[in-house]
Amino acid sequence: MITTEATEDKAAAAAKVTINITGSEAVLKALITEDVKTIFGYPGGAIMPIYDALYDYNDRLKHILVRHEQGAIHAAQGFARSSGEVGIVFATSGPGATNLVTGLADAMIDSTPLVCITGQVFAHLLGSDAFQETDIINITTPVTKWNYQITDPSEIPSVLAKAFYIAKTGRPGPVLIDITKNAQLQKFDYEGYTKCDHIRSYRPKPIIRKEPIIEAASLINAAKKPFVIFGQGVILGSAENEFKAFIEKGGFPAAWTILGMSAIPTDHPLAVGMLGMHGNYAPNVFTNDCDVLIAIGMRFDDRVTGRLDKYAKQAKIIHLDIDPSEIDKNVKTEISIWGDCKETLPLLTKLIEEKQHTEWLNEFRKLEAKEVEVVINDELNPTTEKLSMGEVIKTINEITKGDAILVTDVGQHQMITCRYAKYSKSRSNITSGGLGTMGFALPAAIGAKFGAPDRTVIAIIGDGGIQMTIQELGTIMQSKINVKIVILNNEFLGMVRQWQQLFHEKRYSFVDITSPDYVQVAKGYYISGNKISKREELIDAITTMLNHDGSYLLEIMVGKENNVFPMVPQGCSVSEIRLK
Amino acid sequence: MKQEYTITVYTENQVGLLNRIAIIFSRRKINVESLNTSPTEVESVHRFTIVIDETEEVVKKLCRQIEKQVDVLKAYYNTNEEIIWQELALYKVPTDVIAEEVKVERLLREHGASAVVIRKDYTVFQVSGHREETENLIKVLEPYGLIEFVRSARVAIIKDSNGFHEKLKEFEHQQPREEVIENEYLNKGQTIFTM
Repeated sequence: MITTEATEDKAAAAAKVTINITGSEAVLKALITEDVKTIFGYPGGAIMPIYDALYDYNDRLKHILVRHEQGAIHAAQGFARSSGEVGIVFATSGPGATNLVTGLADAMIDSTPLVCITGQVFAHLLGSDAFQETDIINITTPVTKWNYQITDPSEIPSVLAKAFYIAKTGRPGPVLIDITKNAQLQKFDYEGYTKCDHIRSYRPKPIIRKEPIIEAASLINAAKKPFVIFGQGVILGSAENEFKAFIEKGGFPAAWTILGMSAIPTDHPLAVGMLGMHGNYAPNVFTNDCDVLIAIGMRFDDRVTGRLDKYAKQAKIIHLDIDPSEIDKNVKTEISIWGDCKETLPLLTKLIEEKQHTEWLNEFRKLEAKEVEVVINDELNPTTEKLSMGEVIKTINEITKGDAILVTDVGQHQMITCRYAKYSKSRSNITSGGLGTMGFALPAAIGAKFGAPDRTVIAIIGDGGIQMTIQELGTIMQSKINVKIVILNNEFLGMVRQWQQLFHEKRYSFVDITSPDYVQVAKGYYISGNKISKREELIDAITTMLNHDGSYLLEIMVGKENNVFPMVPQGCSVSEIRLK
Repeated sequence: MKQEYTITVYTENQVGLLNRIAIIFSRRKINVESLNTSPTEVESVHRFTIVIDETEEVVKKLCRQIEKQVDVLKAYYNTNEEIIWQELALYKVPTDVIAEEVKVERLLREHGASAVVIRKDYTVFQVSGHREETENLIKVLEPYGLIEFVRSARVAIIKDSNGFHEKLKEFEHQQPREEVIENEYLNKGQTIFTM
């Protein structure tokens, strides 16, 4: 079906034969040619013509009706993150469009490729404060990689082609296309859809310069204590194998940022854990002890660097990134390698010497042992009466063997999951990293499952975050998607409480949050569920959840005042990381 | 050290791009001293000239953020020594006072001003030059009842620039070439022209 459509279009384009179609149909033809299969959306007045056309395209484009536009965009993010494809969102004008803003900001800071199509009032009504009119282009300018308003249907094919090209190339990001109602309704002479492969003012990636790579290799070859830190760039560039080849040849200890996680298996012999505020002890400490720091596809976020003027001052820093504006933005680099790491890494790998830094790696293992002793043992094998979040994650690891996609929300459960989850495959850790959007996990898990239907998707959410987008249980109900939901309920907004405990003299200001009976709520949506609070129930409960045919909600009561450690307190250097 | 930098941005002519560029400054709470948009020697390419008072490090980062925008072709920054620049100012003064108390010719001569309009009730002078020059004339005219004053944004020509025709050809190539990779400065020591 799809190929016929595309072939017809191509033939029409070649023969310069035009067909007279509406703007709405042109939108859907564009999506089909771009190989889109799934759309997350919500209809409304200004986007009705597109939805009307969609009625006839139902067999080729699957539309998932969400319960809130924020749910649509987070689902599209989850879809893009699990599949590596562009996530598609439909929303109407006004409130429909403004409800996308949080998701756009999230996708922008986490480099997620999205194409969002919003309806807009008739062109002649623009600027008249018409019903459901809002200036969504200007509202979304700072949170989109590109946005554009279409007022004439003839612009639709070329603008959408640009939108897809921009969203997925270079450093990916969200694109918003606002289409006025008249442009959706009017007919025009459609000449077919040609994919975009060049925009003169836009350079997604450069050709690679050899000089910095040669310099970097000689610096790396001379290093006694080289240390690799990597981010989502490795996953976004599908450079997992190139990355593995690089660290394995050089024998470099490698630590991930929260978004880089799962690019290599967590049990890889060179993996030394997660960087950052709640990351692992050794990688944080040795950031300030290595002699050459090799940063790949990461952007030195403040949660990773801690205090900048005390960050890796002793080290020569090599930074590989596709986005030149990230180079020297936060951390001054000795050598910068601008380019796609899928291309730059093999060149660098070729020039580095085959080595093993056994002693250096052992130093990491020594600190790791200390972390196990002081923090990890208590978290994974607690002697307390109440369950810990860590032992829940440990149990999930054991049962899933690290094959599941874990989608987390924001807060303590997120940090605990990212600290203790085991992953065997890339694109397994989906979380709101840069923006820290509570309410992300439930809709993102729905999208992640659509993006990777063959994998188990488990959303792990706190009792705060679940209540921000709980309405998306309705989406699960209607789309009959199989998503497992684990609520780690500590009856607090835990991360804020932890900070209030540590830095605000235990003045627990508005962090005491109550919960509904989640199992009953799920039941109301025809989703099975269970609630547990005892250690002996844990394995059975998780096994039942995973074996259940269909979605399942498992609420697990955990210790109320547990804290996430280690921690780099704000304003401290990474090497001042506290174990307790 | 903070100093005046002139940022020159070559862009596509796209609605909304002014906002996209402006918010790069406002997001970082950086005051824009002057902003001018203009066509260029190349049809369809637009040019923004932006003046800010900042350190080189900040200006460099700003230029990278500007260049990151999809519709931006290129962003350069220069110190005042590296550019030829002008601002245009208009002054409206009562004709009778001017005619009686100061010799118009003297004003014109000393400040390089020209009279744009001379009416019975008022005269409009025009001066183009650097900030100090246009400001000097305000001081001179104030005692004579300066009615209205307005100054344009800065326009600037980069001394070392060879214009944008050649650059654009590189941008239009499907595949990027070595030449466009330098994203910082124009090559020094090329044709320099001064006024």
